[in-house]
Amino acid sequence: MRLLLVVALDGLTYASWLFLVSAGLTFTYGVLRVLNLAHGNLYALGAYLGATLVLRYAATGSVPALAYGLLFLAAVVIGLVFGPLIERGFLRRVYSRDEEVQLLLTFSISLILEDVVKLVWGVNPIFADMPYSYLGRVRLGGVNYAWYPFLLTAIALAIGVLLWLVVTRTRLGKVLASVITDREVSLTLGINVPRVYTWAFTAGAVLAALGGALTAPMFSLAPGVGAEVLVTSFAVIAIGGLGSIGGAALGALIVGLARSAAVYFFPELDLFAIYLIMALVLLFRPQGFFGEIEVRRI
Amino acid sequence: MLARARTAIYVALGALVLLVGVPLLVSGWIVFLLTVAGAKALAVLGVVLLLRGKLLTFGHALYYAVGAYAAGMAVKYLAVREALVLLTLSLLAGVAMSAFLGLLVARYRAVYFALLNLAFSMVLYGILLKFYSVTGGTDGLGIAEPTLAGVRLSGSLLRLAMYELTVVLTTLLVYFTYRFFASPTGYTLRAIRDNEVRVEYMGVSVWRAVYVSYVIAGGLAAVAGGLIALSVGHITPDLAFWSQSGEFVFVAVLGGTGSMLAPAVGSVLFEFVRNYAFELSPYTWQMTLGIVLLLIIFFLPGGVWSLTTLAWRRAGR
Amino acid sequence: MSRQSSMRCALVASVGLLALHSVSAAPVAGAPSELKVAVVAFLSGPASGPFGIPSRNAADVWIEKINREGGIGGVKVVPVFTDEAGPADKVVTEFRRLALDEKVSAVIGYISSANCLAVPPVADELKVLTIESDCGTDRVFEEAKHPYVFRTHAHTVIDGVGAARYVLSLHPEVKTIAGINQDYAWGRDSWEVFQRSMRKLKPDVQVVDAMWPKLFAGEYSAEISKLLVEKPTVVFTSFWGGDLVTFAGQAKARGLFDESVVVVNNTGSDIKDIAPGVLIGSRGPHGIVSPEMEKNPLRKEFITLYRQKYGLAKNDYIAHGAYHFVQALQGLRAAYEKAIKTAGRWPTTEQVAAALEGLEFDTPSGHIVMAIGGGHQAIEPAGYAILKFDPALGVNVFSDIRMFPARCVNPPDGMKSLEWIDRGFPGAQC
Repeated sequence: MRLLLVVALDGLTYASWLFLVSAGLTFTYGVLRVLNLAHGNLYALGAYLGATLVLRYAATGSVPALAYGLLFLAAVVIGLVFGPLIERGFLRRVYSRDEEVQLLLTFSISLILEDVVKLVWGVNPIFADMPYSYLGRVRLGGVNYAWYPFLLTAIALAIGVLLWLVVTRTRLGKVLASVITDREVSLTLGINVPRVYTWAFTAGAVLAALGGALTAPMFSLAPGVGAEVLVTSFAVIAIGGLGSIGGAALGALIVGLARSAAVYFFPELDLFAIYLIMALVLLFRPQGFFGEIEVRRI
Repeated sequence: MLARARTAIYVALGALVLLVGVPLLVSGWIVFLLTVAGAKALAVLGVVLLLRGKLLTFGHALYYAVGAYAAGMAVKYLAVREALVLLTLSLLAGVAMSAFLGLLVARYRAVYFALLNLAFSMVLYGILLKFYSVTGGTDGLGIAEPTLAGVRLSGSLLRLAMYELTVVLTTLLVYFTYRFFASPTGYTLRAIRDNEVRVEYMGVSVWRAVYVSYVIAGGLAAVAGGLIALSVGHITPDLAFWSQSGEFVFVAVLGGTGSMLAPAVGSVLFEFVRNYAFELSPYTWQMTLGIVLLLIIFFLPGGVWSLTTLAWRRAGR
Repeated sequence: MSRQSSMRCALVASVGLLALHSVSAAPVAGAPSELKVAVVAFLSGPASGPFGIPSRNAADVWIEKINREGGIGGVKVVPVFTDEAGPADKVVTEFRRLALDEKVSAVIGYISSANCLAVPPVADELKVLTIESDCGTDRVFEEAKHPYVFRTHAHTVIDGVGAARYVLSLHPEVKTIAGINQDYAWGRDSWEVFQRSMRKLKPDVQVVDAMWPKLFAGEYSAEISKLLVEKPTVVFTSFWGGDLVTFAGQAKARGLFDESVVVVNNTGSDIKDIAPGVLIGSRGPHGIVSPEMEKNPLRKEFITLYRQKYGLAKNDYIAHGAYHFVQALQGLRAAYEKAIKTAGRWPTTEQVAAALEGLEFDTPSGHIVMAIGGGHQAIEPAGYAILKFDPALGVNVFSDIRMFPARCVNPPDGMKSLEWIDRGFPGAQC
């Protein structure tokens, strides 16, 4: 019984990590119908900037609690800088072309950003664990847990709820829904669709960078971290349904619990678990759990 | 009649240059590089084939790895040494795999098609990595020098033979794909790219065209994998990793989808650039690729091959 | 002295010096104008920070030193630095380019075990002297003979056997062990050597768990929870680089170090970030050395040279890859010098290879003997320590150091590592 509690807790913390990391990707897809392959790099940029700020700040010896704010700051900065840059500078020019071209475009941006990270931060790993270790630990189910992952769970929940509220209860949400449903009709209604696209992409970028910044204190950052995260995010949102925030949460939960169970009961499956689930879900329910079946336009 | 004679002359000249001229004129390592580029061109050809039907796959390395490991395991466990037999085994393994997975994958399009292929290729990667005692895991599998048509060669003679074999096979398979495109299924594929729904309304089976194309594309990549296994002599699970698939996609776009010869051009160009760019600056290598891809997307959407058609047109043909 | 006679003195002295100089620098008959040596390491990718770049830098400063001392056999050494990154086909193409285009006389390098296995057949085909410089796999010479390929550092058997012996020396009452290793060849090999050694040295030890997170997983909370539940006496890991730092950091924060002894078999990272308290090895007598080894003049010289050009932390720590590359260069130099003496003129590649076989030479890591693998594979002692934080220096340092002699942690020539362990380490001199 205790073991099940431990598996559940680990599954939950891993799921929160996955959700934070994938929310931005599914949001961008939901609004713009573009799978942003540079998502992993935005994550990495948020993580690296967050880690750098925290390390500099920790060196000054000031109040540790404020370091958490720096992580949010890093994410916002990255999102606000790179979001509009990518969307308006590049992506906008290929909306009229095939979806494949848009994918290739974000792929090329991701190649460029990969090296930008290396050029700015070098190849040596960076570990800014102060926010993680500062919160200390708690004993649950007979096992010590660090508080920090639970903080992330709370933040993940908050973001999920926030996004849901924005989409369903605010005017902005209605505008988004309109743009998603029919771009042309929205234009005729007077909605500034290009601006909505830019802001939606930027929001997705901020979310991606936030995922990075918040998880940075938990692990050592090295080149290539973005690529790992990208493929994992794909799997999660494919399971949940591309474009659905609720789907991302569900996908994260499923993968988190499955991986946790695998570690405890089938350690050898650790490597595959996520891809197997993704393949299985896609085979039986191609649009994912909450994905929408796209109506084809003739 | 005249046109056919002209084509025959071009083909003969091309063969002479590639098979005889090149090895005589350039250094051994360039011959090797061309062998690798030629082999990979087949995998890229598979990607181009699917792109012609508006299907982008981020998991084509799956078949590349299947072909390579089919050859590798046959050498290790079945003691097969003959290159032609090994390549046939690679082809059969690749076609078997793509025939099976194609059943699952052929009804998907766009992003889902790309992602599902990615997932399968990563599962294969995991399997190759995990079954360490059988596949050698990340240490990889060494492949003993093959015999060619029963003849045992070694050293630079074997390299030359592998080069010639690669050139011949690649040419044959490019021609085969060209004929495929001229066939009804090939035309259906082209029509699917333009408007899939209309093709269905015409009563033609879209699924069948996609499935057949997928199987052929898988087979092409598998032969590529087999050739690489025999030429390089060492294979690792990285052959199935998504970055290898990404590389194939990149080369497909670099070369262009306008012709069956474009993948070969793109592949050779890519191998050369990669070898030298890596030397010049390992930290900006990916950035260079990214910028090149951007330039192609915006200024040369048909890839490098479209430069030749431009030149062709200028020459007034 | 009068001006004229003092000038004459100076003239005689300078002529004398000139004569002396030209006698000692008399070029060897048939010597080339320069000796091109390729240095292959990871200059990009995740292995570049912890291993590749330090290795490249070490080769750089050591080649400068060799050239200051007159080069190898009086010939200046010219390095060709190459990036090891990329799939096997790229590495092999690169090797061919180095051999046929750059026409290097020797290749040193290769950190990835896969590359160390892919390159030897090509080296033999092209007849290029290759000294593999940092890979761990024991398979290179245990599975086939390669006349042109050598390895001047020990393979991974010393890490696992050393770890087992060290752990038992500090904690003789070990009851249970668990492993957490990256799911790839290095992880599998490392665990296999360690757990077999443990079970041989203390037969009642139980293996309670073996976990296999994927390389660069970055997130180990489930694994750590499981270890906290199982409470093994010893936890063994072969993590390196960022994964090691992450795991140690998360484990320490959750108190795993209080419940279990954590032992790491390599220090492939700047030790400043690894959480102190772990038992750690440095793949040979490099970062972790005994007090007499610290006095080794070559070692002191190497540390000074590296610090001058590339800077070092206060604990003088340099990654083991760097030491390994220097060993390769020392081996190369010693082999050439021996071959020159034997042949009386500039030697062929085959003569240098023959000289390197079974050779002994001095390096910053001590005296290296090419003792096994038919004279192609070196053996080294293993060093283990506890990582402690030194508040005065402000960095991590090694304490409770124990060295295990080379003949204690390496199999004898002709016997495969795992077989040697399973048979109970026959011939070991501890």
